[in-house]
Amino acid sequence: MSDAKFLSLEKLTLSYGKNVAVPEMDLDIGKGELVALLGPSGCGKTTTMRAIAGLLTPSSGSIRLDGVDITRTPANKRPVGLVFQSYALFPHLNVYENVAFGLRLMGVKGNDLDTRVKQGLKTVGLEKFTTRKPAELSGGQQQRVSLARSMVMEPKVLLLDEPLSNLDARLRLEMRTELQRVQKESGVTMIFVTHDQVEALAMADRIIVMKDGLIEQIGTPEQIYNHPVSDFVADFVGFENVFALHNGMLKTGEHEIDLHGTVPAHTRGLAWRPGTITLGSGPYRGKVRGTSFAGGTREYLLDTPLGQIKAECDASLPVHPFGGEVAFDLNVKKAAPLARFGGL
Amino acid sequence: MTSRLFSPLVLLLVLAFLIGPFAIIIAASLSAGETLAFPPQGLSLRWVFKVFEIESFRQSFGISMFLAIGGTLMALILGVPASYALSRYKVPGAETIRTIVSSPIIVPGIIVGLALLRYFVVPFNTGILFALFVAHTALILPYAVRVVSASLTNLRSDIEEAAVLLGASRMGAFFRVVLPNIRGGILAAFILGFVTSFNQVPVSLFLSGPGVRTLPIDMLAYMEITYDPSVAALSALLAFMSLGIVFLAERFLGFSRYV
Repeated sequence: MSDAKFLSLEKLTLSYGKNVAVPEMDLDIGKGELVALLGPSGCGKTTTMRAIAGLLTPSSGSIRLDGVDITRTPANKRPVGLVFQSYALFPHLNVYENVAFGLRLMGVKGNDLDTRVKQGLKTVGLEKFTTRKPAELSGGQQQRVSLARSMVMEPKVLLLDEPLSNLDARLRLEMRTELQRVQKESGVTMIFVTHDQVEALAMADRIIVMKDGLIEQIGTPEQIYNHPVSDFVADFVGFENVFALHNGMLKTGEHEIDLHGTVPAHTRGLAWRPGTITLGSGPYRGKVRGTSFAGGTREYLLDTPLGQIKAECDASLPVHPFGGEVAFDLNVKKAAPLARFGGL
Repeated sequence: MTSRLFSPLVLLLVLAFLIGPFAIIIAASLSAGETLAFPPQGLSLRWVFKVFEIESFRQSFGISMFLAIGGTLMALILGVPASYALSRYKVPGAETIRTIVSSPIIVPGIIVGLALLRYFVVPFNTGILFALFVAHTALILPYAVRVVSASLTNLRSDIEEAAVLLGASRMGAFFRVVLPNIRGGILAAFILGFVTSFNQVPVSLFLSGPGVRTLPIDMLAYMEITYDPSVAALSALLAFMSLGIVFLAERFLGFSRYV
């Protein structure tokens, strides 16, 4: 077993009744990695996570963890932890007993138990809250208890289901760094599920983008952000202008225009972020349909022969008036070439 | 404002209706006279003591207690797993099961009693006590299922998955995580079941037989023969017993949080 294949899914097929949610997934996750499963709801990311946890039995394929086939291992015998989206704390137990729950079941007792529970609570900064009931804690605190409860079990893999979605903006930022810190300090292999690309980009070492049960792209946050392989990924990570490329023509639906410039071979589409579209000069013409001031920049919505285009330029530049014509350029060098488009 | 004057009056009337009968019974039971009457003729505790001397009351009290406690426990043993299955799994025909389980509430007791006598007790020649036990269990079951189902619905199911991932078996998760959290519901179901069974008249009326009678049936029979205040005294004692149970439940288990 190599560290790069610490957790590996082989031809894993997951289904609900006759509906196949994830067909034949292959995926390797390295030891100590912090991985994000990113995708819109219904893409199979939560299903995959539940299968790794053992809460869902695969219809075929296998899951190996640290050299051991755990495909048929029941959930309560797997060295896998899961932090639920709702935290799933036991309402009748206080913070201390919540964290001690799994250890007690393992037969840990006395001083050993006490030390490990207190250490776990200290890691998440809740050592003063031992006697509180879950209902008396804030969402952020509940999440920390849930994290500590899983971490004291020393799982080989820790799964987190939408860990930041129930927190407010400020807490989210705090929890993000907290999760990263806990992961780096413990060295646990961590996989979190999210539909928020900002979260995935900010936290993960590696991102797995999923769509309709299939892996669309795997890469570092930089790769995903700068080099999306498909229109789906490009759209998901904020390229607002995504066009198909066909015989030298850029297309969206009915609209098409000639592309000026050359593209790498096997390019099926091109994508531009609003900021990479040149406004004020260039071979194309568009009509300003909307403008909005966004602090350092100003955003424009243009009606063009290619449909609507979102552009963005420095707010200190002169404003292009609403309804007026404006020249723009789609610079091929600034575009992300897409190897796949529309599922092809 | 009229409503200001009106509402205390309404409140008083409602209270009078609720507490009135209870007060009358207590007063009548303290009578020194020979017949059941209000206002009481003189004050005495003699009828209260008399209650304990009447052999058939002692016996039927025991039977009623056995039916109320045993029947309720049995209903919970059947009802808790049933509620759990109905709330957690996609049971085929769940609605039908719910309706069948609830039917003893809907069908008048007198019909249940007659039906049980005609088609259960007579053809199978079951013992009287056994028939009463089965009937009371069936009558309590709807309350058990309903009240426990309600508290299960309020309990998130992912805490069971959390328990399993922390090493508990499915069964272990139920006992360690589900049961402690529906404790209040079970207690509420127990008290409701106990009271329902203890106050049951129509079904017990059909199923009671020689030597085996529940307390309410025995009280009815007693009143047909004699008309002394001992029945009032017994009623008062029973009312205080109920109060005591509710008080203890509240004191030690915080009953009112669940009902």
